[in-house]
Amino acid sequence: MTNPAPDPRSVTGKPLTIAETVDVLVVGAGPAGLAAAIGAAAHGFGVLLVDENPVPFRTMGDEVPLHYGQGMAASARNRNAMMEAFVASEPRIAEAFEAGIDVRLGTACWALYANGPALGWLPGLVAGLADEERSLLVQARHVILACGRRDMGLGFPGWEKPGVMGATAALGLATRYGAIGPRKLVILGSTTEALTTALALREAGVTIAAIVEQASEPVGDTDLLAELRADGTEILAGHVVREALGRDRVEAAAVAMLDAQGRPAGTERAIACDGIVLGVGTTPVVDLIDAAGGKVAFQPERGGYAPVLDAGQRTSLANVHAVGDCAGLWAAKTRDRAIAEAEAARAVAALGLDAAGDMAAAPPAPEYDVSAYRLAWVRASVIEARAECHVCQCEEVTAREILEIRPPRYLDWRDERRNDRSLAALLGEGPPNPDQVKRLTRAGMGPCQGRRCREQVAALLALGAAQPLSAIPLAGYRAPVRPLPLALTADVPEAPGQVEHWDTWFGMHAQWRPFWEVPALYTVAGNDAAGPVASE
Amino acid sequence: MNGIKGASVVIVGGGVTGLSAGWWLAQGGVDVLVLEKGLIGWEASGRNGGGCSHHHSPLFAEEQRLWPMMDDLLGYPTEFRPQRIRLAANEQQMALYGRALRNAERQGFRSEVLDARQAKELVPLAGDTIVGGYHYRFGGHANPHRTLQGYAWAMQDHGGRVLQHTTVTGFRSEGGRVIAVETDRGEVGCDSLVLAAGPQTGRLSALLGQEVPVQSARCEMIVTEPLPLMPLGGVDGCGLYGRQTLRGNLAYGGGPHEWLALGEEGTPPKPTTPLMLPIGRRLAELLPKAAHARIIRSWAGVIENTPDGRPVIDRLDAQANVVVATLSSVGFGLSPASGRAIRDLVVDGACGFADLSSFRLARFAALEPDWRERQGWAAAATQPLAAPAGSGTKP
Repeated sequence: MTNPAPDPRSVTGKPLTIAETVDVLVVGAGPAGLAAAIGAAAHGFGVLLVDENPVPFRTMGDEVPLHYGQGMAASARNRNAMMEAFVASEPRIAEAFEAGIDVRLGTACWALYANGPALGWLPGLVAGLADEERSLLVQARHVILACGRRDMGLGFPGWEKPGVMGATAALGLATRYGAIGPRKLVILGSTTEALTTALALREAGVTIAAIVEQASEPVGDTDLLAELRADGTEILAGHVVREALGRDRVEAAAVAMLDAQGRPAGTERAIACDGIVLGVGTTPVVDLIDAAGGKVAFQPERGGYAPVLDAGQRTSLANVHAVGDCAGLWAAKTRDRAIAEAEAARAVAALGLDAAGDMAAAPPAPEYDVSAYRLAWVRASVIEARAECHVCQCEEVTAREILEIRPPRYLDWRDERRNDRSLAALLGEGPPNPDQVKRLTRAGMGPCQGRRCREQVAALLALGAAQPLSAIPLAGYRAPVRPLPLALTADVPEAPGQVEHWDTWFGMHAQWRPFWEVPALYTVAGNDAAGPVASE
Repeated sequence: MNGIKGASVVIVGGGVTGLSAGWWLAQGGVDVLVLEKGLIGWEASGRNGGGCSHHHSPLFAEEQRLWPMMDDLLGYPTEFRPQRIRLAANEQQMALYGRALRNAERQGFRSEVLDARQAKELVPLAGDTIVGGYHYRFGGHANPHRTLQGYAWAMQDHGGRVLQHTTVTGFRSEGGRVIAVETDRGEVGCDSLVLAAGPQTGRLSALLGQEVPVQSARCEMIVTEPLPLMPLGGVDGCGLYGRQTLRGNLAYGGGPHEWLALGEEGTPPKPTTPLMLPIGRRLAELLPKAAHARIIRSWAGVIENTPDGRPVIDRLDAQANVVVATLSSVGFGLSPASGRAIRDLVVDGACGFADLSSFRLARFAALEPDWRERQGWAAAATQPLAAPAGSGTKP
């Protein structure tokens, strides 16, 4: 028998409909992405540069891709004004346009697809892109990811109220769009990233009432701290937030001192503010690389889980590079965009060249123990909270429910029944796996795709298992890394053979033959189960 | 040489089949240990549509009898909900889907044919894209991962043990019986062995001198954000399988698979592909009033199939104390019954409640050695994870 036909129900012979093919796709038009795009264009590559900003107002309301906390000013509804403000806030965007780069703003990259050990039918690197109107697939010979940073969420009573927002979201709204709602902020965290954000917000006209830090001393740059203090910002070290006060939105932050054991003690005070900014942890955006099967690892000197890179900014996926904050962020890099731009230059120089095998240079050691610091915040704010709050806001899961691996409340699983399975019982041996916990408790399974709770859940599991953060695997990201409406899926046409042979399952006639009709022997040649079939 | 205590029955594979068998054995007082190379339920067992209506199977009657009792039997929630509605987008699908009614009726289960109007009344998210459908008054759906964890916890409640992150490397036999399982953490003694290792079943059974023929493939599913609950969540069709979960998400799969040649290491990353898009398109056809809903996740799972797609649950001829089990890509819904059948084979030597002759391994006695190629199931070329960079050139 020679060359039998491939299984018509398999992917073989079902080519993807690729709308465009480019030399280099750059995802993210921040300092690193712009430098990469402009640099690659100067080297003669055809470049497509996409950035999801300005993000539609409704998407911001869904807390995608950042924790906006409903902190958008009304002007953020004006899409044209947002677009103009975004372009005006970064001169190199105009430079990219002038360099002939295909720049598409308001266009999200919702997936990166790459062949690997369990996937072989892709034509090469494929990216899924979408704006508000349509989705498409683009094939790229090289991909440079410059996806930026995201903030760790931190629960406390009232943190679901409008006005509680991530530092990166607040910074973008204020400095790039002039569209931040709150006028007076309390900032949680005193890392250099948080202090830099505080100063930039102040520059944008927002009052910084206080910096609240659970550690006994602030952890960030002392010069930045002095600058804030001189301007009247209260620096409250050894304090924790107890509640976001206010009827419908933040009207004050209740704070309390911590005792030597890290427990809130003594009287509380309310600091009047209309916004609380979460600045306790900034982390690289690794969603695309992780979902594509690329290697990421917990690297405290890079701000948490970050891609494993070589000296040419190459990830473990062939022809995929990472630059800028998504490649790792640290204090000096936050303060000086030249570091990110140098990474972009290294990636451009490495395009099309074989890896030499040398790893990326290590960033400076962190100013503080990133794992211990984030765990201390979660202990003081979430574990010691005076009332239960939802760590996962989408699915409304509390810290206790996560640590006790409780089934979700909508199952109405009666407490009196045997259900004493705690984290310890799940562990058996080996570190707790957030993906396992998420499937049982649903924490992280909601429409914000775990952006507000992923790092908190990891911290809770680390605290529960008495392990450092580095021992907790990353809760996996899955495509689409931005929510994609079903209505947009039809934009990508299907191969005719795929439509013709589509089946519910494997489309094997013999599989569904009722057991009373199954012959005693099966051979391929003798298989008489044929004809049209629909799997069950 | 190591601290791992052996067991009367060692089960290789912490998927839904192995864990159900472990639970059935443990609750009967048997000392049982499940060995799992990664995390339990991390392969196809935890990633499937959750359907429980397999009217073609000799285990169907037992599947139907057990599912409504599983929450109580296990003591943990499975999210089982009875009944299923299957909608058709065209007359061809309508005709093909009708087989379920005939199979079920023959075994004493009732169903109804729905015209388009009746179907839309029963399924609030449906629309004018359908021509009709079927309402099974049997079957249903459950939550795969929750069920699987329930098996594991219930088994442990009866004294059974699970050892995760333990890779089986071989077997030690004496006198035609396996006396120990060799693992990367040392040897584990056993009186009986159950091999229920999913895609690894072929390779491991070959080590025992009698290969179960299987080939692996990758399949994918998508999940949307939650929507208001329909009265009956078990709605699929239009080329898809799946359900609305009790949380309200739409979880559906279907369409092409990719045949794979898996290495011995067994657990590569399983990224998804743009197949998400055609699945999403059909979901919007099945439930057009959900077209605004957004996809928030997709999964891929690697699943094994035998040459005829039917299970093997059988005792090996080559080793007297070994039972092999693969459900051939349709294992979750049947798991309450398949676990009981495996328990019967281990303890009693034969299944006491169903005729498993169609699951015999001997049906492949005359199978062509190149059956994969003959069926067009040859694997596409895949690449190692750490591929060399720089395959591109400058323009």
